[in-house]
Amino acid sequence: MSIGHTLLGLLESGPRHGYDLKRAFDEKFGHDRPLHYGQVYSTMSRLLKNGLVVVDGIETGGGPERKRYAITDAGITDVQRWLATPEKPEPYLQSTLYTKVVLALLTHRDAADVLDTQRSEHLRSMRILTDRKRKGDLADQLICDHALFHLEADLRWLELTAARLDKLREAVAR
Amino acid sequence: MTPPAGSLLSAEHLRKAYGPTLALDGAEFSIHPGEVVAVMGPSGSGKSTLLHCLAGIVTPDSGTILYAGRELSAMSDAERSALRRSDFGFVFQFGQLVPELTCVENVALPLRLNGTSRKEAERAALGWMERLEVDDLRKKRPGEVSGGQGQRVAVARSLVTDPRVLFADEPTGALDSLNGERVMELLTDAARSTNAAVVLVTHEARVAAYSDREIVVRDGRSRDMERVV
Amino acid sequence: MSVRQWAADLGLGIRFAFTGGREGWTRALLTAVGVGLGVALLLLTTAIPNALDVRHEREAARSDITFALDPMPKAKDTLVIARVDAYFRDDDVRGRAMEPEGPRAPLPPGVEKFPAVGEMVVSPALKELLESDSGALLRERLPDRIIGTIAEEGLIGSAELAFYRGGEGLAEKITPGRIERIDRFGDPQPGEEQSDPVLLLLVLVVFVVLLMPVAVFIAAAVRFGGERRDRRLAALRLVGSDSRMTRRIAAGEALAGAVLGLVFGAGFFMVGRQLAGNAEVYRISVFPSYLNPSPLLALLVAVAVPAAAVLVTLFALRGVVIEPLGVVRAGRPPRRRLWWRLLLPLAGLAMLYPMIGDGRENGDFNQYLVTGGVVLLLVGVTALLPWIVERVVARLGSGSVAWQLAVRRLQMSSGTAARMVNGIAVAVAGAIALQMLFAGVDDDYTKSTGQDVSRAQMEATLSSGVPMAAAAEKFRDTEGVKAVYAFSEGYLGDRAQEPEHGTTITVGDCASLREIAGLPSCADGDVFAVHGAEWDTGEDMTKLAAPGRKLYADPSYEGGPKRHEVPWTVPQDIKAAKPREGLAAGTDRGGFLITPKAVPDALAPALDGHAYLKLDRSVPDVQDLVRNTASAIDPLASTVTWAETERAERFDAIRTGLFVGAACVLALIGASLLVSQLEQLRERKKLLSALVAFGTRRRTLSLSVLWQTAIPIVLGLLLASAVGLTLGTVLLKMTGTPVRVDWVGVLSMTGIGAAVVLAVTLCSLPPLLRLMRPEGLRTE
Repeated sequence: MSIGHTLLGLLESGPRHGYDLKRAFDEKFGHDRPLHYGQVYSTMSRLLKNGLVVVDGIETGGGPERKRYAITDAGITDVQRWLATPEKPEPYLQSTLYTKVVLALLTHRDAADVLDTQRSEHLRSMRILTDRKRKGDLADQLICDHALFHLEADLRWLELTAARLDKLREAVAR
Repeated sequence: MTPPAGSLLSAEHLRKAYGPTLALDGAEFSIHPGEVVAVMGPSGSGKSTLLHCLAGIVTPDSGTILYAGRELSAMSDAERSALRRSDFGFVFQFGQLVPELTCVENVALPLRLNGTSRKEAERAALGWMERLEVDDLRKKRPGEVSGGQGQRVAVARSLVTDPRVLFADEPTGALDSLNGERVMELLTDAARSTNAAVVLVTHEARVAAYSDREIVVRDGRSRDMERVV
Repeated sequence: MSVRQWAADLGLGIRFAFTGGREGWTRALLTAVGVGLGVALLLLTTAIPNALDVRHEREAARSDITFALDPMPKAKDTLVIARVDAYFRDDDVRGRAMEPEGPRAPLPPGVEKFPAVGEMVVSPALKELLESDSGALLRERLPDRIIGTIAEEGLIGSAELAFYRGGEGLAEKITPGRIERIDRFGDPQPGEEQSDPVLLLLVLVVFVVLLMPVAVFIAAAVRFGGERRDRRLAALRLVGSDSRMTRRIAAGEALAGAVLGLVFGAGFFMVGRQLAGNAEVYRISVFPSYLNPSPLLALLVAVAVPAAAVLVTLFALRGVVIEPLGVVRAGRPPRRRLWWRLLLPLAGLAMLYPMIGDGRENGDFNQYLVTGGVVLLLVGVTALLPWIVERVVARLGSGSVAWQLAVRRLQMSSGTAARMVNGIAVAVAGAIALQMLFAGVDDDYTKSTGQDVSRAQMEATLSSGVPMAAAAEKFRDTEGVKAVYAFSEGYLGDRAQEPEHGTTITVGDCASLREIAGLPSCADGDVFAVHGAEWDTGEDMTKLAAPGRKLYADPSYEGGPKRHEVPWTVPQDIKAAKPREGLAAGTDRGGFLITPKAVPDALAPALDGHAYLKLDRSVPDVQDLVRNTASAIDPLASTVTWAETERAERFDAIRTGLFVGAACVLALIGASLLVSQLEQLRERKKLLSALVAFGTRRRTLSLSVLWQTAIPIVLGLLLASAVGLTLGTVLLKMTGTPVRVDWVGVLSMTGIGAAVVLAVTLCSLPPLLRLMRPEGLRTE
């Protein structure tokens, strides 16, 4: 899972402080694993260095000074590219895929696209496996079947999520 | 947008409404000879309607369908029926074998509808039944064979006319995975050997995996995944 | 098993019968209508013997003319009654003139007081006729003031035309058989009912023929929606009912239709009873009150019909095992065997065979044998048809795709197909037989009166003493009369009392006499003796026609009243004449022919007037114009019409009635055919859509539906024709009537049967086409 892309995505809806970002991240994605602030800090400085975000301003006021980050055009493109690139089909993808879908919804992108792209990628893998299965011996068939069933489970999740996008959109907007 | 070069069957801007429900809302499609295209999408998305439109069973409210350079929606019902008899083959999920006819008669039926003599039709039918490994069922009636066997008989029937396009609507829907896979293997092998195009409507990924590419239908709109990526 | 459980299961079934949606209702209703028709027919049948009895009793109770040769003396309790029957168009009018001779003279049944001279009491039907425009001609003949109507107990049918009028001076004219003196009404020796055996046969056959298809229909109707019911029963098994319970539930469903049918039947019967009061068959009408079924028989019907419905259902379920997950037919049904199926019609024939010829000898038909024989023959149709369909269909080769689809389907379920057309086949077979019987019997009647009617079509008989010349003039002036041949006729004996030999005497002018005999020459004043006529022995004539021989006109006989006994001498110049076919009755005339001048005045009272009339048939109601003239000349005149074309017309009415009856039964069967046809089609919705998807022409599928009904129907109609013709032949032989096949009847009946099938197919085409739409493929 790419924390960088996620934070960038969160910035797309408007400039935020680092703490703000952490709170938003935890709220949307960090249900079982809240982000450490240090992670936010180091990620942000990497993004700053790569020109994907800029410091929009520094708030002084009472307490320690706080940088406000804003996303650059290059940053938006990067998020776009990330969302459009399907994940390599492998087990336990759901948290990444989930993050992607939520971010797409948050940034008013087409979340169904994300899912379709991913399905296509899964199917590509399944085609390869199916092909190998048809040509291979029983051992090959059994091994391929195992992988195929896993991929199929992911695909089912994709279908289910696609069917529930409207509900998710409402939940995210709240 | 013109149909991709070399496509055998293509459709653009298809719209079809059943009463107040919009089944297709600007769907597109194209397929090359020898290609297997899976049509996927959730229930009620319009997959079957797309297949029915492409096969000339249903006329769309608007949009164009080109088959081998001919405009399908401009044909009369009789012409489209004739086209279905001669150029298309069909496999459905169930309820397609005539229960009174024996298996070989069922397979021979499309040829006979085309006017082939009974003897010749049944000889050709038996050939296809051999390829699909169900020739031992020739004298049996559909009620006496298992689901998987029945579906293979149905596949044999869909291929008996050497169709250029084979339409399969959830062909494995009523089968267990082993039988389903076997039917898919036989079906795609047979189609590839005759260079027939296959339009495969399915919601099962493992069936869709037998295709060369897939298009997704959602809310009556289609997405050709190959062209997007 | 407790009664409560039974009741609960049956109740559940009854609920199912009415909660199956529109189809359920249709099915229950059709079953009920079928059962209702059957019940109504059964009730009518049970009421018929009663009705005939009542008619017979009433007829006996009012009988008056007893043909008593020895007239009783005038007394305070006597009445002179004269038969003054009339005809109007084709109807008989029973007429009596009455002259009470004392204060205690008997009143006829249904009449409250004697009509005075110039008054009459009439039956309601006659009253209606006289008051209508069409009855104006009759009114001329019956001008008496109507002072009341004859009550039901004085009539033998609602449509009977009858009147009693006041009479005067009747006592002098007392003639046995025409005018008699009586002291009471009623047959002094009421005989056993001598009903016409042929009529009885007709009634029996009509009811059996109408009942049988209804019975077959009921048997089929309780099986309506069998597949759906089986599925429902399977679902019940799944939730835990055992197989006995499901059978009881199925029985309950059948019971519901049957019980509703009983209610319908009672209604139909009440309606039919009223309608029967308006109907007239072969001049027989009945009052609704006659049609009271005996309570025991009615009860039997009320119990037997629902019981039969339940039994048929259980019988149909015998080869079926209802499992929780569906219905299993107990294996492949065994091949149908021929022998016991053939046994049924053969047994029927065997029952009818001994009665062949009984009708001619006026013997009685055994009702049970007749009914049993006809029923067995017709049931034979339902037994043979499944076997024939199975055999024929198994041999049918494959032709076109439509044919192949139809034949294969029939091969798989030939029983269902046969069951569907059984009712039609039975109805057609019965109707053909019945029509043959009617046509044959009727033909017989027509033939017996078929005469040479080219010269005269009507004969009027006038009382003795009526001057014939004046009467002939009046007939000549009547509209529509083209020619009048007037004769006075009498009988001559060789002695005044109890003559040993005798012959007829006919008075007429030369022109008239030439019509009845070959005369060498003729002038007024001539007397002829006809030699060689069929009705005389030549010997008699030569003896009697000896010139100078004394003969007596109107001789008396022992035990009878004294007649005129007018002496007449055979003149010297008597001429010989040759016989010639007479004007009417197809007989030649012998005896003496006398021209008017040669008739002594004394002879006049001994002679009756007869006028033979040639009519212009194009004049409307010409016969009644003549009858009016006749009754104006002589109130006691009677007329006979020789030309009989009315029979054929009446047969047409019966044929129409039969048609309507058969058509109704067939329509009912057709409706049930349609329901099951549609049910079948709906079950095949997916398949039909799939067939259309891969390019099957609609024509192919429509044709296959047509073949599928046409093949069993053609077989059914062929069998029905064969059985119908056999039955018709046997029935005709029983009545002793020459066998003649009414091909028009056969063709029209089979035509109706075929039309029903065609109609069913046509009616099922729109739904078929709708089912063939690709929407049927949509599974989502």
